[in-house]
Amino acid sequence: MSGLVIDDVSMTFELPNGSKVEALKNINLEIKEGELMSVLGPSGCGKTTFLNILAGFLAQTAGNMNINGHEITGPHPERGMVFQHGALFEWMNVSKNIGFGPKMKGTPQAEIDAKVKELLDIVGLQDFGEKMIYEMSGGMQQRVALARCLANEPDVILMDEPLGALDALTREKMQSLVLDIWKKTGKTIILITHSVEEALLLGERLLVMAPRPGRIHKEYRLPFAELGVGADLREVKRHKDFGPTRDEILNMIWDMEEEIMGRTEDA
Amino acid sequence: MGQEIIAVIGTTLWMIVGIIGIFVIYLAVSGLCYFAHNLYSRRKESIKGYTSLKTVTFGDESSVTANRVASIAAVVTLFLLWGIATGSKLLPPILPGPFVGDTSFEYTATNATGDTANATVFVRVHAAANKKAEKPTITGDGGAGFAKADTVIVPERRTKIIKAQNNDDGGKEAGFKVTAINGQAIAPKQTVPFKDGEVYMTAKGSLSVRPATGVTMEALYLPPPELVWTRFVNVFQNGYLGVGLFENVFWSLIRVVIGFTLGCLFGIPLGFAMGLNSWLRGWFEPIVEFMRPVPPLALIPLIIIWFGIGEQGKISLLFLAALWIMTIAARAGVSGVNIAKVHAAYSLGASKRQILSKVILPNSLPEIFTGARVAMGVCWGTVVAAELVAAEKGAGKMIIAASKFQLTDIVIIGIIIIGIIGYGIDVLMRIAENRLVPWKGKG
Ligand SMILES: Nc1ncnc2c1ncn2[C@@H]1O[C@H](COP(=O)(O)OP(=O)(O)OP(=O)(O)O)[C@@H](O)[C@H]1O
Ligand SMILES: [Mg+2]
Repeated sequence: MSGLVIDDVSMTFELPNGSKVEALKNINLEIKEGELMSVLGPSGCGKTTFLNILAGFLAQTAGNMNINGHEITGPHPERGMVFQHGALFEWMNVSKNIGFGPKMKGTPQAEIDAKVKELLDIVGLQDFGEKMIYEMSGGMQQRVALARCLANEPDVILMDEPLGALDALTREKMQSLVLDIWKKTGKTIILITHSVEEALLLGERLLVMAPRPGRIHKEYRLPFAELGVGADLREVKRHKDFGPTRDEILNMIWDMEEEIMGRTEDA
Repeated sequence: MGQEIIAVIGTTLWMIVGIIGIFVIYLAVSGLCYFAHNLYSRRKESIKGYTSLKTVTFGDESSVTANRVASIAAVVTLFLLWGIATGSKLLPPILPGPFVGDTSFEYTATNATGDTANATVFVRVHAAANKKAEKPTITGDGGAGFAKADTVIVPERRTKIIKAQNNDDGGKEAGFKVTAINGQAIAPKQTVPFKDGEVYMTAKGSLSVRPATGVTMEALYLPPPELVWTRFVNVFQNGYLGVGLFENVFWSLIRVVIGFTLGCLFGIPLGFAMGLNSWLRGWFEPIVEFMRPVPPLALIPLIIIWFGIGEQGKISLLFLAALWIMTIAARAGVSGVNIAKVHAAYSLGASKRQILSKVILPNSLPEIFTGARVAMGVCWGTVVAAELVAAEKGAGKMIIAASKFQLTDIVIIGIIIIGIIGYGIDVLMRIAENRLVPWKGKG
């Protein structure tokens, strides 16, 4: 079957002092092809760990992760990753960065050039192909990172707070861009964020995780992503369900944070 | 032991006084130049651009740029001080130099019977370079009575002992002695000044003629700039000890280039290996960590024992000097790779080999360049030191040979050339760095 199947995955870190951290415990999840899922949760609940296991950078301590019917054992071009910061290659210009994946596969240069040009158009950087990375603003760099990931035509795109370092306005534009790309390419996208609004806008499915041990606390199915495609996101935020859902999730996370605080005080 | 330590403390205190003295002079000149520069530049628009709009400059390092006028003035000052201290002919005389020329003084001799007579000593002080000075002529009667006039030739800054009574009538008799200089009484172990120097009487009654030395430095210690320049032109055209100036510098540079290149060739892969493989890191770490703090100069004796004084020894030394620096730089380059870049590259389908050549290598270039600059500096210093110890050609060899013949001017030429080349190497490395690693510090 196609899609992602996460079957009873746990991740326990052993600290040098012998104590154990249950970063993830018994995660069960099925993500279908073409789904857009956002993941929310208080800091330290295991979101990054989860994504790193999906990407193949970490091996889970228990359970199975399957994609398109085979097991995940390491990084693979079928799963692209967009990092928050610092993953672009400063020694290459924008075009070379975007064409990196195809180039590694030995794609003919003419094909790479055509693809790069197309992607530059999609992310709105038509005139910036020859620029160096350090000449670009943070928002532009994230567009390059997105384009680089897309150039490789992954089945799944994993994003760990890709928009976390951007200002509000740029962030909003990038959110629209992510929605566009999702709709146009029909890719599976899993996106971690700290912003509840962003999670609502960019999540057909929204996963709220809870810490200690890291687990899935609650899952939502939301209409906002579909509504947001090609539309004004501020309009979407005025939807009658948007405010209440946001407040509900905010309270939920707030309670978890308080519980963590309380627990550390007890200890 | 205790006394030695006290002596060291004493020396140190004197050095502090000396250092403060030099700084005060140099800063005072700097202050004067600053004042003059301000008077001059006030009429003009001085700072332009963004920095001129900053109100907080004290503490903002980026707004402090080297004032080029100050740099030029500083170098000119250095040359001026040099010229003044050595009594350069290019400058009007500022400090009194040593006396050169003819002078004379009169002595009074008392014979055994207690009679006195006066005679003149004609002194000719000749320049150090003048090897064929002739005796001064005796003018006038030179002496009345039993005392007879004498002549003496003294090189500048030197002293000469004469027995003035030797040619006097009865001068060899007991009780005959010199009792006054220019009418001023003198006794053994006493000093009497005359117009161009002083006369000291030795314990045995001879006269030591000491022409005034002035306060400028002797060429043996520090030759004036014009002498250094003429020597430079000479050495440049004719070489020194049969080896051309260019040849000496060329050989030093060749050794550095070969040693440094070998160091890079082996050090960089070694550093990468240590950054990428636990076994190799464990294997090489002890030796690298041990050799890193050993200064290359400390290896010179061993290298001479092993390889003799030929090229192999020097190149090995420079290789070792560069090797550890480059290894550590390359290892730091690997450990400085943002793991997100490596993860991203793997996710984009890169193989291990591609990760190495397309991610790790370019990403560690800034570190490698920093290491290369340090290594080049160390190599250049080491080659000169090694040549001081043992070499047939080279900048270091030239100055150590010259110092044995007290040719201070060649030593100074060598030092200046060594400094200029060391600086030139660093400038070249920086230019290469800006060309090849434009993203440095902008990631
Ligand atoms: N390499 C590691 N060794 C030990 N513990 C780790 C390691 N990586 C993560 N952890 C622990 O696992 C837990 C989950 O970490 P993770 O980084 O996945 O959280 P997160 O939800 O991404 O947090 P944030 O929102 O702050 O990014 C934390 O308690 C963290 O301390
Ligand atoms: Mg995280």
